[in-house]
Amino acid sequence: MTETKSNTVAPKLSRKDYMSDQAVKWCPGCGDYAILASVQNTFAQLGKNRDNTVFVSGIGCSSRFPYYMNTYGFHTIHGRAAAVATGIKIANPSLDVWVATGDGDSFSIGGNHFIHAIRRNIGIKILVFNNEIYGLTKGQYSPTSKQGVVTKSTPYGSLDRSFIPASLALGAEATFYARVVDTNPKHMTEIFTAAADHKGTAFVEILQNCVIFNDKTHRAITDKEMRDDNQLVLEHGKPMIFGKNRDKGLVMNGCDFKVVRLGEDGITENNLLVHDAHRESLNLAFMLSRLTLPEFPVPLGIFRQVARPAYEEQINSQIQEIKNKKGAGDLKRLLNSGGTWVV
Amino acid sequence: MNTQHNNKTIEKVTIKFAGDSGDGMQLTGSLFSDESAFLGNDLATFPDYPAEIRAPAGSVAGVSGFQVQIGSIEILSPGDMADALVAMNPAALVANLKQTRKGACIIIDFDAWNETEFKKAGLDHDPLEGDIAATYQIVKAPITTLTRTALKNIDLELKNKDRCKNMFALGMVFWMYGRPLIQTEKYIKTKFASKPIIVEANITALTAGYNHAHTIEVFASTYKIPSAPIKKGVYRQISGNQATALGIIAASVKSGRNVFLGSYPITPASDILHELSKYKEFTVKTFQAEDEIAGVCAAIGASFAGDLAFSTTSGPGLSLKTEALSLAVMTELPLVVIDVQRSGPSTGMPTKTEQSDLAMALFGRHGESPLPVIAASTPSDCFCHTFLAAKIAVEHMTPVILLTDAYLANGTEPWLIPDISDLPNINVSTPDDHEGPYLPYRRDEKTLVRPWCIPGTPHKAHRIGGLEKQDQTGHVDYEPENHELMCHLRAAKIARIADSLPEQEIYGKTEQDLLVISWGGAFGPVMTAVKKLQAEGKSISLAHFNCINPLPKNTATVLTGFKKYIVCEQNLGQFRDYLASRFHHIDFLRFNRVAGQPFMVSELREVFVPLLEECQK
Repeated sequence: MTETKSNTVAPKLSRKDYMSDQAVKWCPGCGDYAILASVQNTFAQLGKNRDNTVFVSGIGCSSRFPYYMNTYGFHTIHGRAAAVATGIKIANPSLDVWVATGDGDSFSIGGNHFIHAIRRNIGIKILVFNNEIYGLTKGQYSPTSKQGVVTKSTPYGSLDRSFIPASLALGAEATFYARVVDTNPKHMTEIFTAAADHKGTAFVEILQNCVIFNDKTHRAITDKEMRDDNQLVLEHGKPMIFGKNRDKGLVMNGCDFKVVRLGEDGITENNLLVHDAHRESLNLAFMLSRLTLPEFPVPLGIFRQVARPAYEEQINSQIQEIKNKKGAGDLKRLLNSGGTWVV
Repeated sequence: MNTQHNNKTIEKVTIKFAGDSGDGMQLTGSLFSDESAFLGNDLATFPDYPAEIRAPAGSVAGVSGFQVQIGSIEILSPGDMADALVAMNPAALVANLKQTRKGACIIIDFDAWNETEFKKAGLDHDPLEGDIAATYQIVKAPITTLTRTALKNIDLELKNKDRCKNMFALGMVFWMYGRPLIQTEKYIKTKFASKPIIVEANITALTAGYNHAHTIEVFASTYKIPSAPIKKGVYRQISGNQATALGIIAASVKSGRNVFLGSYPITPASDILHELSKYKEFTVKTFQAEDEIAGVCAAIGASFAGDLAFSTTSGPGLSLKTEALSLAVMTELPLVVIDVQRSGPSTGMPTKTEQSDLAMALFGRHGESPLPVIAASTPSDCFCHTFLAAKIAVEHMTPVILLTDAYLANGTEPWLIPDISDLPNINVSTPDDHEGPYLPYRRDEKTLVRPWCIPGTPHKAHRIGGLEKQDQTGHVDYEPENHELMCHLRAAKIARIADSLPEQEIYGKTEQDLLVISWGGAFGPVMTAVKKLQAEGKSISLAHFNCINPLPKNTATVLTGFKKYIVCEQNLGQFRDYLASRFHHIDFLRFNRVAGQPFMVSELREVFVPLLEECQK
């Protein structure tokens, strides 16, 4: 991993260096433990400067995350993590600002801040732990719960259609969107590293398991027996292949994707779509975001990763431009501006 | 009448410019005020306009007015009744007649005096019918026609020529009150520097109006208002919102911290955002957020990261910010939320003034959530109290609510520009260097203030948040005793701010018959009324409050020795009830108005005089 970044301190840090002195209080078996470990491992590999890093969260199980990181941290209020993090990043762009949040926190009460952070491309990393349920309030359906789900607040099944977070984010022109599962630490580390490198808003959706209120909701793509047939791991520049025997792939069929079998009808790898995460156009990434079981595999990995100016950089360059033009602010001159007269 | 007309010297006059929203009455009023200020008059203005950008033309709802009182004496309010009214259409006359003194001079655009315009104003007859002509001195000037004639050689569309008729009217008023046209011409030349033809048209119309007034000889009198004996120094005109923006920048300079403003547009607070966004050379970061909540939350984040953070809003916006304010209370971060109060509840009357957010500012949060509440008195005083609010926020590590209002925000007055070396420093606390793990909630023994330890500070990484904090360590803590202790500590920290606040002043003598009590934006009219009665030898004094929470330390002493106490405020008695809950032994009387307009001096007088008489019985 890179050790030459400005945000780097002495090398050879370990996961322990990023563990706070607070006891971790998630339920036994919660997917959050694996996410925490992966973030800490990523940080150790990247040699991140703890004193220069801030974890911000909202409310919910995932939002206890900052307490367990030996960095600066701010556990804010429900839904507002992205707004608070935006203020932190604007105030001090040299800080490395990460948001830990959940599906209720970011897509329901905090939906507005979430889409606007992405729209501005503010330089924060948003990790959304999506378990499709409200955990901390003890089991109500969330905006990502599947329609018809029976929960404490929907004993006869939920009526709400669910958000697909990827579509929501890409609709707001996310410059970085990736999806991972909490059962694959290696992939998480790889994606968190890419997110850490991204300028602007990096949104990583982590499909996370809530053992108490929504156990195995992501089973189809995490279960050893099923996952390879049900997930498509996207890699930039690689053909879109999936399946236990890596014998299935995606091609374009009119305006839609189509699943094909390699070897059938003369189809080879060369016929498959090649993933291009750096495409300026949102269209293909958005189409990937619409893929759901059972007709299609669930794509994982980086859907989109494009370079755009980060909001905080734009703010600073505008200020610099004005200073170059007008000179640094002079309070006395400012107070005495406009029409003055002497008595 | 002849040109040797009656020229009277008067000590003050109130003039109202009224017309359709698109008639440029706000500009006309401002220019008249500026010209008067340059002549050395004291003055106060009151722009009064509808919430709709362009209500139906000619309708009463669409009338936009600008009232100014100028004087050779101290002027603290924009005046109760107009001594002169400019009405650009029948609706403007109808809307303002009630607030126009009997005998006043009323200049009307006689070109707008027709059935069509009467109908637009909802009238089935000419409003000049009846005894109006006998009651007022009506000057029927065909302003539109005269403007068009004056501009006949200027190559402009008729529509654009008609836009100059406000300048024609202004020229007439300038002549009536013996004002030169110097500043106004200067303004027009600067404002339209890139459009010489517009400059020419406006100046021509202005001069034509001036000359017309001189020529027609219909004014019974012209007036001279000598300059006021005001303090020597350099002055400028300033509105409350401008003064607030300048106070924010001054606080940034004196604290050495960059400004972060998180704000969402709302009337009548938006001008603070507009003003501040112009001054990026001071490293001011203005963030127009997606909503009120994001505005304050981003400000809290910026404060955590070390910026001097503000969020500006009005009542409905303050409601949305209250949850975040409690987070700032819990995390003990410096923040100033500025509430430019307007008439409520709900959308209420967005452009009209009121003081009815006091109870929300004091008590409108969940949990035991104390914070300082400060209020500004006059447009220019918004500078001082914005500065004070920021100083308290930083030096006491707390969110502060500053209350101004629509009247202060839009009203203007001459401002004696302060010497920046007279402004106190704002002392920023730095994290201590004691041994062992960093303790973010270790407090200063005297003030109970915790240090401002910003991310990036080496070896002091710590976590804060909305969950209850353990004393000293700041760790999450659910122990009953700890919560009790922390609630008391947070309350005591705010109470101790009183130790560093200025003492409460009394205007007038102690031990009088009547103590008038007011706060915030009610100052101008209340002070004027009290001073008048004092000049008449009445036993009356004023205690006007700017520090609402905590109250100044000597408040109990101030509230001693009077026969009667009356609290005057533009709500239904919120400050009165607040005082009554603290000073049980005093029977606080009340005078309340919630009309969306500042107090009138005359109505206050009508309340005070009988009370003073009762005291003498």
